[in-house]
Amino acid sequence: MARNGATSSRLVAVGLAAALLGTGCAGWGGGGGGGDSLNVLMVNNPQMVDLQKLTAEHFTKETGIRVNFTVLPENDVRDKISQEFSSQAGQYDVATVSNFEIPIYAKSEWIAPLTPYIEQDPEFDQDDIFAPMTKALSGEDGQVYGEPFYGESSFLMYRKDVLEAKGVRMPADPTWPEVADIAAKVDGAEPGMAGICLRGQPGWGQLFAPLTTVVNTFGGTWFTEDWQAQVDSEPFRKAVRFYVDLVRAHGENGAPQAGFTECLNNVVQGNAAMWYDATSAAGSLEAEDSPVKGKMGYAPAPVVETRSSGWLYAWSWGIQQASEKKDDAWKFISWASGKEYEALVGKEIGWSSVPAGKRASTYENPDYLAESKAFAEPTRAAITSADPENPGVQPRPAIGIQFVGIPEFPDLGTQVSQYVSSAIAGQTTVDEALKKGQKLAEDVAERYRSRES
Amino acid sequence: MSSVTDTAPVPATRTAAGEPRKPRKPRGGFFLGLAAWIIGILFVLPVVWMVITSFHSETDAATNPPSLGAPLTLQGYREFFGASTGTSPWPPLANSMTASVLSTLLVLLLAIPAAYALSIRPVRKWTDVLFFFLSTKMLPIVAGLLPIYLFAQSVGLLDNIWLLIIFYTSMNLPIAVWMMRSFLAEVPVEMLEAAAVDGAGLTRTLRSVVLPVVAPGIAATSLICFIFSWNELLFARVLTATVAQTAPVFLTGFVTSQGLFLAKVCAAAVVVSLPVIIAGFAAQDKLVQGLSMGAVK
Repeated sequence: MARNGATSSRLVAVGLAAALLGTGCAGWGGGGGGGDSLNVLMVNNPQMVDLQKLTAEHFTKETGIRVNFTVLPENDVRDKISQEFSSQAGQYDVATVSNFEIPIYAKSEWIAPLTPYIEQDPEFDQDDIFAPMTKALSGEDGQVYGEPFYGESSFLMYRKDVLEAKGVRMPADPTWPEVADIAAKVDGAEPGMAGICLRGQPGWGQLFAPLTTVVNTFGGTWFTEDWQAQVDSEPFRKAVRFYVDLVRAHGENGAPQAGFTECLNNVVQGNAAMWYDATSAAGSLEAEDSPVKGKMGYAPAPVVETRSSGWLYAWSWGIQQASEKKDDAWKFISWASGKEYEALVGKEIGWSSVPAGKRASTYENPDYLAESKAFAEPTRAAITSADPENPGVQPRPAIGIQFVGIPEFPDLGTQVSQYVSSAIAGQTTVDEALKKGQKLAEDVAERYRSRES
Repeated sequence: MSSVTDTAPVPATRTAAGEPRKPRKPRGGFFLGLAAWIIGILFVLPVVWMVITSFHSETDAATNPPSLGAPLTLQGYREFFGASTGTSPWPPLANSMTASVLSTLLVLLLAIPAAYALSIRPVRKWTDVLFFFLSTKMLPIVAGLLPIYLFAQSVGLLDNIWLLIIFYTSMNLPIAVWMMRSFLAEVPVEMLEAAAVDGAGLTRTLRSVVLPVVAPGIAATSLICFIFSWNELLFARVLTATVAQTAPVFLTGFVTSQGLFLAKVCAAAVVVSLPVIIAGFAAQDKLVQGLSMGAVK
């Protein structure tokens, strides 16, 4: 008994001592309060893993600025960024924001304009950044609000060997009906091989990324310029019907759950002959350990009524308006998005890991081209031909190719994608899905109409 | 006041008279045993899979069906300890430890006196008080997320481990009061009276009479509070940034939408669960004793 009592009073004493010791500090990490440190919130993609390592070894060594990273999965990071930036909490100086968020955040003045820094920093060479990218990362006031870390468009990837074996030739600028024909011909070319892999997983950034580009080129749009919802209009319906029919007839197994990663696995494992998706996928297909390395061909995003249809996406750096270390933040951004950093990654990690797709100079670099000649030019062509302001056949009310640049779109796109995904699963019809989608889109449109009148 | 037993608690393996209980063999015992085994295995399998996967390479971890016999590697653990990012997992682990240990101590400091006043020397309307404590748990915790975030922002406590300590303390306090109350209610009044007759003061009674009886209860309560604080993710993710980040938030950072991550995440999950498992084993004896004696009764 007495022993027990002694132990517990010792415990309490230790606890109190720990509590007293702890009062001085706010936590064990980073030490964010220091003058020469930056807090960066970013998405956990492979390019960011390399960045963490190289930042400590190079950026901090050269500038003396310590960088504390928080990395989170994509959905979590979006939540946290919108919470942090909308409340202007000032905990993070820099965050990875995409070209979807940047125009919206710029309008709300949550992120700081970068144009003043760009003007004083000729070495950064803004003109080297692809023009569509600069446009997509600017606000309505014409100032640049974000610098791309890496960018992508979309194109059609296909197995050259499989098409050849079937005696099929891929046109230089394929149309969607041509692609559907090819998919029918190469379907089952090898055991378990689907004709084409297309995303079917619900999500505005999953299913509706490729699907909206198809809608655009079929002549459809989510909204007209004067905010009329067009989700059950004929061109939109034709496009979705085409997409759903194609994936149901010649698409991959488990299409309603297949997203980027699943399709990548399918192509790598020889379970799909073609794949329409992000240009950044090519790096994985042509990686050293990839079984399909050297077997892939790359064609521009298939079209119908438009001249090009590839999307435009870039994980980019934005500086929080409430940050008190904007000058240091620019130093970090201009380093991470700069030419030198690409060369550094090429030298230390490998040219296939370079965060590409943003600078013209990357595609003139012989070292990079030696590693990526199969897809470098198609990627460059896809990104430079993307037009985020005018992606379809009619004027748009908001910027964006594979999305509509309004804060409501993630909700809207995700809900409608769930209906379309169940159409892919065969649980509902496309018409039924789009009728429900139209109602949701009409609610959003109504809000904008009443705001404008 | 709730009924207070007039005898010392009786272990479940003995009859009321203190005789060893004869092992009963109910019909269908075999099937019950089988069912228990099956359910037990179902519960353990995901953990076993997690541990095995944590020792696989990323490509072996991603196959479907799982390739359990794949060659073993420590790569996942190397990644967790910062092999390719250079990011150390120790600050988040230390933060989690600080928040869990300090909040558990605070909870005990507050809950035990409260429970004492609700059982051994009950205050007036003690049932109302007890239900008032519980009512604070009736609001879904996520409903408080935004107000707490805005509050923390305005008082400058965002990304401060003390905010989490306070939050976890208040989150666990009602449960701890309820648990401690049921354990303290087990202390026989006669023992307290006997101590008073022998001339023991309050401190002496608490230390030499009450504490030994409720020690298992304290162990169980601390373990529950420790586990709840250690595993808390929702609020930690919202309220911390780079300085006070806790281990569960750090763990989610290994998930990526581009590329493979299962082995890394499994390795991280194994390391992050270790402290809880160790605490559980350390408290096991006390815990079983405590649970079979108090709350379940």
